[in-house]
Amino acid sequence: MAEPLPRARAYDGLRAYALIVAMWVRSTMAYRTSFLIMAFGNFAVNVLDFVAIALMFSHIDTLGGFTLAEVAFLYGTSGTAFGLADLALGSMERVGRRIRDGTLDTLLVRPVPILAQVAADRFALRRLGRIVQGALLLGWSLTRLDIDWTPDRVVLVPLMLLSGAVIFGAVFVLGGAFQFWAKDASEVQNSFTYGGTTMLQYPPTVFADELLRGVTFVIPLAFVNWLPALYVLGRPNPLGLPGWIGFTAPLVALGCAAVAGLAWRAGLRTYQSTGS
Amino acid sequence: MDGFSDDGFSDDGFSDDGFSDDGFSDDDFIELDGIEKVFEVRRRAGLLRRERREVRAVDGISFRVPRGEMVGYIGPNGAGKSTTIKMLTGILVPSGGRLRVAGIDPSRERTRLARRIGVVFGQRTTLWWDLPLRDSYALVRRMYRIPDDRYRRNLDRCVELLDLGDLLDVPVRQLSLGQRMRGDIAAALLHDPEVLYLDEPTIGLDVVSKAKVRGFLREVNAEHGTTVLLTTHDLTDIEQLCKRVMVIDHGRLVYDGGLDGLHAVGGSERTLVVDLERELPPIEVPGARTVRVEGPRQWLAFPAAASAAPLVAAVADGYPLVDLSVREPEIEDVIARMLFPGSEPEEGAARGAVRSVGPH
Repeated sequence: MAEPLPRARAYDGLRAYALIVAMWVRSTMAYRTSFLIMAFGNFAVNVLDFVAIALMFSHIDTLGGFTLAEVAFLYGTSGTAFGLADLALGSMERVGRRIRDGTLDTLLVRPVPILAQVAADRFALRRLGRIVQGALLLGWSLTRLDIDWTPDRVVLVPLMLLSGAVIFGAVFVLGGAFQFWAKDASEVQNSFTYGGTTMLQYPPTVFADELLRGVTFVIPLAFVNWLPALYVLGRPNPLGLPGWIGFTAPLVALGCAAVAGLAWRAGLRTYQSTGS
Repeated sequence: MDGFSDDGFSDDGFSDDGFSDDGFSDDDFIELDGIEKVFEVRRRAGLLRRERREVRAVDGISFRVPRGEMVGYIGPNGAGKSTTIKMLTGILVPSGGRLRVAGIDPSRERTRLARRIGVVFGQRTTLWWDLPLRDSYALVRRMYRIPDDRYRRNLDRCVELLDLGDLLDVPVRQLSLGQRMRGDIAAALLHDPEVLYLDEPTIGLDVVSKAKVRGFLREVNAEHGTTVLLTTHDLTDIEQLCKRVMVIDHGRLVYDGGLDGLHAVGGSERTLVVDLERELPPIEVPGARTVRVEGPRQWLAFPAAASAAPLVAAVADGYPLVDLSVREPEIEDVIARMLFPGSEPEEGAARGAVRSVGPH
């Protein structure tokens, strides 16, 4: 009898994740005021971030051919997708410290999947601030955009948010996995998560083709929002790719998750713990 | 109902590993056959060059522990004690050899095994640093799916025996080392594990805490038949708890047997301390030599493997005896003597005769 069935493991993992998250939320709520201040701070920082872009538009009408509402759409989708991934898996960054000081050992002796424990470790509800801001901005942009809302476009918006969150989540897990080999991999991971979300807030048309090819075919961040958004906004792909490619985002997301999962397993098997 | 009949792991359909659920199998509970662990250490040698070096932390260890036994696992720093425990719990994957705990290969089915074992690391806590003990325990209960009544019974017992009553609402980070250790031991036992691994459970504790921990472990072992494997630097732990002791050095098992046998191998001596009525010249009896005289009190050394009874009789016969006591040798000296023998090591230590290059 080998490992339990994958489905049972997934269920165990989600259950453990929920248990640990619930505990952290309860312990956060013991200091309600502190939580509210932190959550508002998180929200305000993100709002100011967009204010900078809005100010830019007081001098220009379009950026790379995109209007303010269209940029807000990109910003909102990328921000919400990243916010969801950050809320669910942002704690993965801490795994490096646990690997270095050997406290990962204490998680490994518990009867629940290690990924769930690491991901739920110190779950920070204040990260909701980013999601709220992203969602508000997305909502505002939708009221200002003049889009021909065909059914496929309507479906594509929630689909891209989910796929985007999964892609960013895979990058978090991948970053965590690499920390088993390179102790400072979290910096590289940050450049893809934080750096990636910042990049995706701007129209793809302002970037060089090489970069666009890179994030389409190598590290598929373009599938988070650029490619689906181009279809929703009815704009041509700068690389000349067909519009339907935006609909492949869920497949790309699943592929990313699979790769990240395998990398995590491989990393865990190389874990050497510490001396004592 | 005894604590082993429904461990909650049969609900996922895995009880077909050769062990009947009643917990009275005579099979060996822990089995190691030629277990090895080789670490690859990379060191910076120059600007970009890296040097790779292999360190054999555990170098072909074999032993068996039957259910219900309490075993001490001792050796110098870096001997491979913790590495062995980490392989037994599935934290580390062995580089070679065969390993089974309750019929399970730990590294392949770590989470499944985890329900059946308890682990206490002396150096770090398995509790949640920012939570009160009570919340940590509640989370443990749900993680291990411990039935309500069993959880309450186990918790009550731990609280009583480990004196945790006043500590349940204190966040773990505010506990003293001794309090935290007791809290950790309780957490490791809430799910009625079949085996308990303790890595340095008394390290840094004061005398009172040590006594409490030892008493509790003895009780758990006696009452529930929990198999216990503990590493320690405090050899009193072994003296008071374990009939069997394994000594590891440079990743190899150099001794496995009773505490008395360890003395015999090391050629150590016990001491008979006698109080006489008055100051007298050194006592002369066959089979012992007087090593120290201080007023009416005298210290006589005799081989640890020999019986003290004839000696006591001889002393009582020829001298005005008031009181006497027998002191066990310091096991640290015993081990040192065994590891660095003046002469050829005797049987039992033979496996350790060839030493490998160790991790330090």
